Amino acid sequence: MKKLVRLLIAAVTCASVIGASVALAEQSVIIKGSTTVLPIVQAATEAYMKAHPGVNISLSGGGSGDGIKALIDKTTDIADSSRSMKPEEIELAKSKGVEPMEHKIAIDAIVPVVNKDNPVKDLSNEQLNLIYQGKITNWKEVGGKDLQIVVISRDTSSGTYETWEQKILKGAKVTPKAQLQASNGAIVQVVSKNRYAIGYVGLGYVNKSLKGLKVNGIQASSATALSGEYPIARPLFMYTNGEPKGETANFLKFMKGAQGQKIVKEEGFVPLPHKK
Amino acid sequence: MTRHIKEKIIKNLFLVLSLISLMVLALIVMFLFREGLPIFREVSVYDFIFGSEWYPTSSPPSYGIAPLIVGSIVVTVLSSLIAVPLGILSAVYISEIAPASAKEILKAVIELLAGLPSVVLGFFGMVVLAPWFQDTFDLPTGLNIATASLMLAIMAIPTISSISEDALYAVPREFKEASYALGATKFETIARVIIPSALSGISTAVILGMARAIGETMVVLMVAGGAAAFPESIFDSVRPMPASIAAEMGEAPFRSGHYHALFATGIVLFFMTLAFNLVADYISRRFKEVGSATL
Repeated sequence: MKKLVRLLIAAVTCASVIGASVALAEQSVIIKGSTTVLPIVQAATEAYMKAHPGVNISLSGGGSGDGIKALIDKTTDIADSSRSMKPEEIELAKSKGVEPMEHKIAIDAIVPVVNKDNPVKDLSNEQLNLIYQGKITNWKEVGGKDLQIVVISRDTSSGTYETWEQKILKGAKVTPKAQLQASNGAIVQVVSKNRYAIGYVGLGYVNKSLKGLKVNGIQASSATALSGEYPIARPLFMYTNGEPKGETANFLKFMKGAQGQKIVKEEGFVPLPHKK
Repeated sequence: MTRHIKEKIIKNLFLVLSLISLMVLALIVMFLFREGLPIFREVSVYDFIFGSEWYPTSSPPSYGIAPLIVGSIVVTVLSSLIAVPLGILSAVYISEIAPASAKEILKAVIELLAGLPSVVLGFFGMVVLAPWFQDTFDLPTGLNIATASLMLAIMAIPTISSISEDALYAVPREFKEASYALGATKFETIARVIIPSALSGISTAVILGMARAIGETMVVLMVAGGAAAFPESIFDSVRPMPASIAAEMGEAPFRSGHYHALFATGIVLFFMTLAFNLVADYISRRFKEVGSATL
């Protein structure tokens, strides 16, 4: 019995320490979620904290699912996501008293990328589809050198993969031989070092170390993504629990405003169309 | 406060502290099972472990982790083949042959190797070793079983080496002396007396090294390539279980089938490392008396 009392005291102490740290966190804004949205929000929070000293924004990645999970558990104020919330997630949120509210903050275009030494410049939707299904396995079949194609894909639950699956695979399965990389950055790293490889990344991640391909003859850019001409584009979201309040609301306003959208553009994503 | 009461307080404090780690472990295991077991309402245990298709987000999803299990086993076995001889022989050199100065340096370096964060090793493997491997052997990809095993071996060497070294030190002096007295050379003494009597400790070291390799996440995530298919050669990509969990957990919808399947993969991994630990424990108990015989 005495031991039990001691254990209880220890447990209560632990709980109060955790409670105190939660209370402290309420004075700042917590943002969690998609790695695709991360570079935008990183730059935006830096600019915002510079302009509003005294506001503390803590930012972490982890993925769209993680962010939404945190929103449902009420451990974050804003959840970044590169996909819409799924019906079952909304249901779970509502059962826990969370009312998710969607805010569109930018548009992302996904670009197929190859090594700089690869002569291929343009692939059609169908060719990409067959390559990712493992039915085209050599670059010479699509106008390149006689080299095996090494297909690189994202983990099947990332938002980027989901968009790729929707727009390119259209329900077909990725070949099991496809390599898996866990982030946009890792794909850039691998493709830039491998002349056999093909991968896909958000427009913001295409840089000089690799080559972005045209899709159906259309170059991915802000203009073509906004007009809908470029076939692989998607909106990026932030979710809040109900109508945002306090600093959270201010930050969202900043994000959607001229300054925030300028950052979106600087990070290589497509800003939202101006409201008329 | 009397000494008696002080003694009691200290005793109980230590009890609580040790209970905390026990509780933490129990909670983690409970959580693992609570989150993992629901998947078996959707798929049978047999189909989960022996199913060869891992498409957790397709509709309908298929949750077969056989390629992932095979991936884990292949990299673990291959990395052990590299790490075991290197680890044991360096332990023999350090404890029996090396002069005192070399011993100090070698021990420090191996300890440093143990302290190297796995993400650093993974990054090195991904950016330096894999492209070099690919160019040298003209392979379609440098992110494959061979490179991943090599990096895992580097991680397992310190474990194997330092535990075997302890085992070698524990061999009683009398054994060596008796051996030399019978006219055995240094090599004969090491090969026929010291290593056989330290064998239980060395086996434990090997098994713990393998357990380290099978549970290692960052290196296999970054270097193994991540193809969820059965490999056909050691230059194919694989996706070991920890890599699959780490890569997919972040974005798996909370409490979905995929989420439960990843936790169930964790359960499989847990049983595999548990088996390794039990075997290590059994071996070190079983052969304990033999080592310190009554001479």
